[in-house]
Amino acid sequence: MIPFDFEYCKPATVGEALKTFRDLQAAGKRVCYYGGGTEFISLARLGSVTTAAVIDLKGIPECLTLSENDQHVLIGAAASLTQIAEYRAYPLLSDHCRRIADHTSRNRITIGGNLAGVIEYREAVLPLLVSDAQVVVARGEGMETVSIHDIFKGTLLIGAGEFIIQLLVPRSEANLPYVSLKKTRHSKVDYPLVSIAASKKDGRIRLAVSGVCRYPFRYPPLEDEVNAANRSPLERAERAAARLPEPAVNDAFGSRDYRLFLLRHAIADTIRQLEGA
Amino acid sequence: MNNSAMSTVELDVNGKRKAVVVRHADTLLDVLRVKLGLTGAKPGCGNGDCGACAVLVDDEPMHSCHMLAVEAAGKRVTTIEGLQGTALQQAFVDHWAVQCGYCTSGMIVASHGLLLRHPNPDEATVNEWLSSNLCRCTGYEEIKQAVLSVARSVGQAGGTTP
Repeated sequence: MIPFDFEYCKPATVGEALKTFRDLQAAGKRVCYYGGGTEFISLARLGSVTTAAVIDLKGIPECLTLSENDQHVLIGAAASLTQIAEYRAYPLLSDHCRRIADHTSRNRITIGGNLAGVIEYREAVLPLLVSDAQVVVARGEGMETVSIHDIFKGTLLIGAGEFIIQLLVPRSEANLPYVSLKKTRHSKVDYPLVSIAASKKDGRIRLAVSGVCRYPFRYPPLEDEVNAANRSPLERAERAAARLPEPAVNDAFGSRDYRLFLLRHAIADTIRQLEGA
Repeated sequence: MNNSAMSTVELDVNGKRKAVVVRHADTLLDVLRVKLGLTGAKPGCGNGDCGACAVLVDDEPMHSCHMLAVEAAGKRVTTIEGLQGTALQQAFVDHWAVQCGYCTSGMIVASHGLLLRHPNPDEATVNEWLSSNLCRCTGYEEIKQAVLSVARSVGQAGGTTP
């Protein structure tokens, strides 16, 4: 049972959602946007979050879209991970979403919620980092489109009252050779010790990682080592794993050494698969 | 009724329409069990991990502990009480796919959703869908065989209803 009451609003347009947020905030209320709600309900039940109002974004058609235009694959932020897994216009994202949580949970978890959540793995962002995706953000009185690299730096950099409407994946990136790989402690359904999304374009491997550090990343020095010429896949992987943006996590789920061991072999497998592609 | 913390919502549960006053903070599980007396969906982890609370919402399995009741307005909710007399229920009996029984309603509901979507699933698909449901008696093999037996019988009959 959630031990506090809140208002529930379900706007039908982006503008209505922004206005609702402003109006509730002006009335002195704490407000949060709501997608699949899994993280919110878990934390609210424990009293770790409170709010006076939630704004459910699933009534906004733009947030639900799964479609394509001439330039982009359009992924609505309120699309569920199951819907994205089945949509397959960007197979790397589909396959990577299919390894997040369990099947029934994926029916609820939205991609926007995965990106904006407090659980640090945020694996759905990896294929977006690899593909240099654009993010449509509800901001001010309307919307802005920004690079994923500008709005996601380990965590989502989004202001109060703003929310993600859509993710735009360039069509030129959507059907490249790819690898989606996840190593967990002992079960298919678990948080990752290492999660990798990678693709290959113009002979160069692009690779993003979660589970190893405290946040997901795509890190150019690591990627340069992955693409170094005249070395074996394992040599490149070992050099890449030594170029993390911060020390690897060392906790009860996996020691630092074990995570790095898995990372080295996961990168080597990724190189082998993509260079054989 | 509609104030800042509560609303009257129209729910379609097992084909019957119900008008229910809910707190916006009520989960669907709370409302099904406490306000509608449908206690088949079980409270387990309360965290979307165990699957004991599974119901179908527009034919898709959902953890009812992880969904607000107000979100179910206008959607079709199917609980284990709505699956009485199905071939799947009988298959669980025939295959001894029940031990303590606490996970069983969630298992049958999730399996029903699976067979609606994939009338002839392979083992990998069954494993993927039922990875959402934990059985602490660990009777997973019998459960999987029960589901696959219904898929086979439906396939032989040329039908699609589990």
